[in-house]
Amino acid sequence: MALTEIPDPVAQELESDAERVASRRGVLIALPSWVYLTVFFAVPLVIVLVYSFATRSSTGLTRLTGWNLDSYRRLFDPLVAEIAMRSVVLAVATTLICLAVSYPFAYYIATRAPKWRNLLIVLVLIPFWSNFLVRTYAWRIILGSDGPLAQITEALGMEPVRLLFTNSAILIGLVYGYLPFMVLPLYAALERMDWSLVEAARDLYADGWTAFRKVTWPLSRPGVIAGSILVFIPSLGAYVTPALLGGARTTLLGDYIVSQFLAARNQPFGSALSVAVMSVMLVAVIVYFRSGAKNL
Amino acid sequence: MTISAGVRPKSPIERLLAANSWLVYAFFYAPIMLLIGLSFNANDNVGVWTGVSTRWYSEMFRNDDVMRALRTSLIVAALSTVVSTILGTAAAIALERFRFRGQRVYDGLVYLPIIIPDVTMAVMMLLFFAQSFNIIDGIFGFKPLFGIGTISLSHIAFNISFVAVVVRARLAQLDSSLEEAAADLYATRWQAFRHVTLPLIMPGVAGGALLALTLSLDDVVVTSFVAGPGATTLPVYVFGLVRRGVTPLINAVSTVMLAASMALVLISLFFQRGTGTVATTEEEPLEET
Amino acid sequence: MTDSVVLTGVTKRFGDVLAVDDLHLSVADGEFFSLLGPSGCGKTTTLRMIAGFEFPTSGSLTIHGEEMALNPPNERPVNTVFQSYALFPHMTIEENVGFGLKMKKLASADIAQRVKRTLDMVQLSHRAAASPSQLSGGQQQRVALARALVNEPQVLLLDEPLGALDLKLRQAMQVELKDLQQRVGITFVYVTHDQDEALTMSDRIGVMSDGSLLQVGGPQDIYEHPRSRFVADFIGEINLMPAVAADRDSVKLLDGQVLMAAHGAQPGQAVTVAIRPERFTLYRPDDELPSGRSSISGKIIRRIYHGDVFVYDVETAEGLLEVKEENRPTIEIFEIDAPVTVTWNPSAATVIED
Repeated sequence: MALTEIPDPVAQELESDAERVASRRGVLIALPSWVYLTVFFAVPLVIVLVYSFATRSSTGLTRLTGWNLDSYRRLFDPLVAEIAMRSVVLAVATTLICLAVSYPFAYYIATRAPKWRNLLIVLVLIPFWSNFLVRTYAWRIILGSDGPLAQITEALGMEPVRLLFTNSAILIGLVYGYLPFMVLPLYAALERMDWSLVEAARDLYADGWTAFRKVTWPLSRPGVIAGSILVFIPSLGAYVTPALLGGARTTLLGDYIVSQFLAARNQPFGSALSVAVMSVMLVAVIVYFRSGAKNL
Repeated sequence: MTISAGVRPKSPIERLLAANSWLVYAFFYAPIMLLIGLSFNANDNVGVWTGVSTRWYSEMFRNDDVMRALRTSLIVAALSTVVSTILGTAAAIALERFRFRGQRVYDGLVYLPIIIPDVTMAVMMLLFFAQSFNIIDGIFGFKPLFGIGTISLSHIAFNISFVAVVVRARLAQLDSSLEEAAADLYATRWQAFRHVTLPLIMPGVAGGALLALTLSLDDVVVTSFVAGPGATTLPVYVFGLVRRGVTPLINAVSTVMLAASMALVLISLFFQRGTGTVATTEEEPLEET
Repeated sequence: MTDSVVLTGVTKRFGDVLAVDDLHLSVADGEFFSLLGPSGCGKTTTLRMIAGFEFPTSGSLTIHGEEMALNPPNERPVNTVFQSYALFPHMTIEENVGFGLKMKKLASADIAQRVKRTLDMVQLSHRAAASPSQLSGGQQQRVALARALVNEPQVLLLDEPLGALDLKLRQAMQVELKDLQQRVGITFVYVTHDQDEALTMSDRIGVMSDGSLLQVGGPQDIYEHPRSRFVADFIGEINLMPAVAADRDSVKLLDGQVLMAAHGAQPGQAVTVAIRPERFTLYRPDDELPSGRSSISGKIIRRIYHGDVFVYDVETAEGLLEVKEENRPTIEIFEIDAPVTVTWNPSAATVIED
């Protein structure tokens, strides 16, 4: 009792009833989250897109008629460019500093004995799970004009450091806040690495630095990429940290967008800004993924 | 493969690495320690220390606003964690263990919220709710309020993705022959999931839930956009306070929040050790010189 | 005797890749059948189709007469011992072994009893409460076996189960498995790339290459009468000499020598004469040869001592021949560069028509 030949193209996709049932089951399992994300994410996304083409009335209300590209044209204003540039520079600086600090750190932990490794990583997890706002607020105290940093530098005879409400303060706050986001993927990548490859390199006459450059670094790249994305994206759109540690003089993208929905009341422009920022991030992520990383 | 750390004298690079690491740990914990210490400062002024006192803690518990914000935070966090963990785990399973038409679109949809900055997310949700409430008002004649509902719905929207990523990573690590073995031993798809897959991905699910909880309790921007009058979460409330000026009350609130986070971490770690499913390699890693 | 598993015209395609090509196979009830072949030959894919983890692209697969090609694995009276054992790490040995019975909703008293009996059979009852990570590789393998056998399947499928064990343990397990199979009487379908394993354990062997089943037969049949160059070469060591068919029962070697050997080729067709190294006997050139034997002269160029045998590489007009001589006190041991005559009984030669 032989089966009849199943036509090839169909056979390649779904080979039998059993697989068809399985595929239907997959859709069922995916359905709740699919619906939820479509309603509460995809639709809002579309709405923002729509609003970015709307007009702002003289009283600050949004009129969904008279579609135009005014908001997008305004993106090219020198003021906006300045803010954008400042934010990008800050985000890049944060990412690079985090990477520079985290890599030796993650490397050190990954090369300890297993029982130490777990403890050391837990010690990183604790600040990671601690409230972001609180951790940033701590720097507000430290960097304040009567805070410990100022007191220490004064005691040492130097001019008391007045870092609060400067760009440096924001940078410190961002690095502090997002450092664990760089450490953890780096550690995961290094821990998973096959260290016998390094041994092989040493066996083939490579010195320590060359072995690192040619074996360890390339193999840890997925971790570097993941960590960089996890730091760069929130840093670019940062709102809380600049709000707490920055001054009124320095406006960054996050605050600029928020103000469009509060004080300035220009929702179309705010929407256009949001769309622009999101597109930049999407492009950055796609570029990074094309360059080799497979998973976050 | 091992060169035991105790046998060789430490190279200069190793010393450097170690020193760097201790500095990083100090960097991590000094601000936290400072905050905790200052919360016990008897003095109003942060810069002056006049002795230990718990007055800020008693003030905190007597403060109605703080307590209400705390309550709201906990409700929202609980709601969003439960829902997003269930939906996120389901998403991970659907993506990792099944093939169906439109899967690529679904994949993108699940991952997109992760790369959206929270400012954009806040804007999205504000406009969405504002618009929907206008429509509902038009049809049904009443306008829903911004509050715990809108906050929770927004948190769930971004938390699903984070849970899905964590659970999916764990699922991918799972030896597929284990699930095949279950089927070979007469388990239906559901039985195999319940008895084999789920217990083995539990650490991932727990990790995802913890992440969702933390992100919900941490959130400031999205929440402040979709909160309403009278409904505010603790971090948003604290944020508002800080912008108006530093008072030691905030230190006490902060310390409480820190303690809560740490407790959460330790509890989750305790559970992970209990299930003992994570296999650690026996061999020690090589140290480069 | 009814057939346990019958594959008829089974083909499996993965996209563009043809993994299994029009397979026809019958496994008899109660026999120990091995699928033998190199990596990528399709033997594991075939096993997985019998188990239900893959479905054939076309063809029929029956188990005890019932068509089951598209049945999911949990609906087949078949159990598998995986290459990696696939023991559930979060369950004890006892829970692992009892899993199948639990899925079939047997009473827990029954389950406990059968689990105990099976663990006794593999001598692991004393470790019933341990977790898999606490057991050695050999012990894990026995648990995997117990977990499958406790369900009393009609067919037991084994996917290279001994691959991860060291040599001595593997050899001991081969004997144990064979004994077990004979005692329990279940049909075993065993996948391996180790021809030694297949030869020692199987009632019949199916040799596969590139998705096709090349030859099926008992171990002796496969070893002594290979029907293709691949099979001849894959199993044991073989000497292959090109020749041309002369008439119905002789072939002509390249050096002109005519050998008497039965075959089915057309006169003038190119064939290969295959002779196992141990069927050769070496003589000194001036020794008197026993009558009725074919022979070739040559020179020793290599001698390797294997403890129980000597292996000589002999250069001859027909190419390099490998000769295996048992290491017995009375035999002559030849030195490098010594001239020799390689002889064999004509019946030891098999003519292969490709």
